[in-house]
Amino acid sequence: MSKPRKFFALLSSVLMLSGLLAACGGGSSDKENESSPSASGASPSGSASVSASAPAPSESQEKVKLTLLVDNNQDTVIYTKALVDAFQAKYPNITIETETRPTGSEGDNFVKTRLATGDMNDVFFYNSGSLMQALNPEQNMIDLTNEPFQANVIDSFKPTVSINGKIYGAPVGSTMGGGWFYNKKIYAQLGLSVPKTWAELMENNKKIKAAGITAMIGSYKDTWTSQLIMLADYFNVQAQVPNFAADYTGNKAKYATTPAALRGFQKLEETVGYYNKDFLATTYDAGLKMLAEGKGAHYPMLTFAVPALVQNNPDKIDDIGFFAQPGDSADQNGLTVWMPGGAYIYKNTEHPEEAKKFVEFVASAEGVSIMGTVSKPSGPYAIKGAALPDDTPQVVKDMLPYFDNNQTAPALEFLSPVKGPSLEQITVEVGSGKRKAADAAALYDQDVKKQAQQLGLAGW
Amino acid sequence: MTKVFKRIYTYNFLLPAAIVYTVIFIVPTVMSFFFSLTRWTLFKWDFIGLENFKTFFQEPSLSIGFKNTLIYAAVTCGLKVVAGLLLGVFLTGKIRTKDYLRSVVFFPVLVSTIAVGIAFGMMMHPTTGLINTTLALFGIEGPDWLGDTRIALLSVAAVDVWKGVGLATVIYIAGILAIPEEYSEALQIDGGNAWNKFWNITVPLSRPAANAVIILAFIGGLRSFDLIWAMTKGGPGFATDVIASIIYKQYQGGFYGLATAGNVILFLFVTAIVYPLSRYLTRKEVDL
Repeated sequence: MSKPRKFFALLSSVLMLSGLLAACGGGSSDKENESSPSASGASPSGSASVSASAPAPSESQEKVKLTLLVDNNQDTVIYTKALVDAFQAKYPNITIETETRPTGSEGDNFVKTRLATGDMNDVFFYNSGSLMQALNPEQNMIDLTNEPFQANVIDSFKPTVSINGKIYGAPVGSTMGGGWFYNKKIYAQLGLSVPKTWAELMENNKKIKAAGITAMIGSYKDTWTSQLIMLADYFNVQAQVPNFAADYTGNKAKYATTPAALRGFQKLEETVGYYNKDFLATTYDAGLKMLAEGKGAHYPMLTFAVPALVQNNPDKIDDIGFFAQPGDSADQNGLTVWMPGGAYIYKNTEHPEEAKKFVEFVASAEGVSIMGTVSKPSGPYAIKGAALPDDTPQVVKDMLPYFDNNQTAPALEFLSPVKGPSLEQITVEVGSGKRKAADAAALYDQDVKKQAQQLGLAGW
Repeated sequence: MTKVFKRIYTYNFLLPAAIVYTVIFIVPTVMSFFFSLTRWTLFKWDFIGLENFKTFFQEPSLSIGFKNTLIYAAVTCGLKVVAGLLLGVFLTGKIRTKDYLRSVVFFPVLVSTIAVGIAFGMMMHPTTGLINTTLALFGIEGPDWLGDTRIALLSVAAVDVWKGVGLATVIYIAGILAIPEEYSEALQIDGGNAWNKFWNITVPLSRPAANAVIILAFIGGLRSFDLIWAMTKGGPGFATDVIASIIYKQYQGGFYGLATAGNVILFLFVTAIVYPLSRYLTRKEVDL
């Protein structure tokens, strides 16, 4: 074999091997929930599935099949099924085929790929806020600004699914709070009270640790859980620097140089040493179990954990309480709130009217109450006049005073599209004592630059 | 006429493979060179020149990534070469359960990497994992295999070796069995012992096999991703990030142009290391 040919042989084998790597990235969709084998979008005319088997006599409308894409979170799957069943009972001519996708960034890419290849389901549930902004809504979703059901939606939700003054989504379910779960039994046993300042909280941590109990549950094996303390501090940031979100989006304010914002990283740094010994190998599910079983006193987390807690440990739910992450002064104490995800309609759907009916149903008081029968809310609903069910656990009711007294602020990701992808790795380093707060904040400022540029924001 | 026909005739056989290769390989590769120069959201792209490459090289975890990639490739490659050779010699020797043992050694190669990663991840759990609970029986407190930033990468490398050594062994077995018997006979006549045979016959004459193992294991190590991702996701923090995991995280973050630029860099990096290595190794091969 001559030299150049050998070179090309080698070159192409190297290329092929790196090609294999690229192929690893493709996620596969979970189609277990699909009742019929026909893939979404496969039916050419779509509308006319003329199965004569459904003998509803009064039915004059043609039968329509919608496809729905949701994430494969245990709770999502349960309430989606309830919603779909109730909707199909109400509109017998519409059938909905549900498909699940992975959560997290794998799910983000799943959704983006479907949109980019024109293969999206008619209706899809997806995050609101910064993640939704990255989907290019103007090009991919149907404008829902003038739909009558928007009147039912609470006003604070609307900006999180809007771009250039147009609303593209409707809320799915309840809001949630970011803060600290605590075990009431441990608090009672050690005579502790709910802290109103950060110093009191750390004092409690010290006492719990001295009593030989794990003061804080860390579940850093699921890296996203490490961000909670930093993200849940946003109420305190906004209380001190009201313009932070706007300045941050415009590249005028930075975490490293805004003391109130830097505090979030510093607070995380102060918790080093209070975690369970195996916190780097503990998963989110294991963390919830530890909380319910009283193996740890505090767990900084979103209240979206409540439905899972109720489902997995129904007898222990009353042992668990919740408080907002306190600031440095007792008179500025409030809750950072996460908005529910949205239901969106794909721009090229063949059945926009039926899809709108489903979205309207999801965002109605009726839809919300159906969800409430199978899944405990994680906070107040984003639908006007939708009351929490009577059997709502106390841990959720713990959040209500913050809402009633107007002591809430949305998390930064609902006010600014700028969120860096490496935050969870950085917070793992801070929480495990490998990186100092100031250094971490500077690194994160550098990280968000990529995101801002990708979104084409002005000033970056 | 017949001459031309004959020439085309042979090329016709090449055609199906060439089309497949072009469509699913050459075209995407060329496109990736293009997209590496753009800011790409899947919905639209803007041409930004070499900006992505600049950003990629400013990535804070990149120096860790390059270092880890080289350490990982060198450690896994070295161990596979040595362990593969020893196992190869052992499994070509006069032992009874040879066939059975050969399958046992090869078995891990057949298992899904992700499954191996998840299983070992559980076994390496610091408090409830099989490894540390076993060590605890002997009164030893095992380390946090994947949580301790100093040893996490080596823990993953060890699993990689466990999984990959079977392939190296099979290549060595083939190489060793190809050595003609005459050499051993000559050695026996000269009164050499088993060590002489190993060092003066087996090692030099299985060189082509060794080269194949080195190249395969080294390339595999440089572009390793799946096992690391299944076990640590590059963590804790950035401690076990390799270039491929950095690229994957950028892709996950939605920075498609940047991730593509990273792949172009990885491609050049692997080629720059492997081409001279392969040249050097093939020059040293001896004819049987």
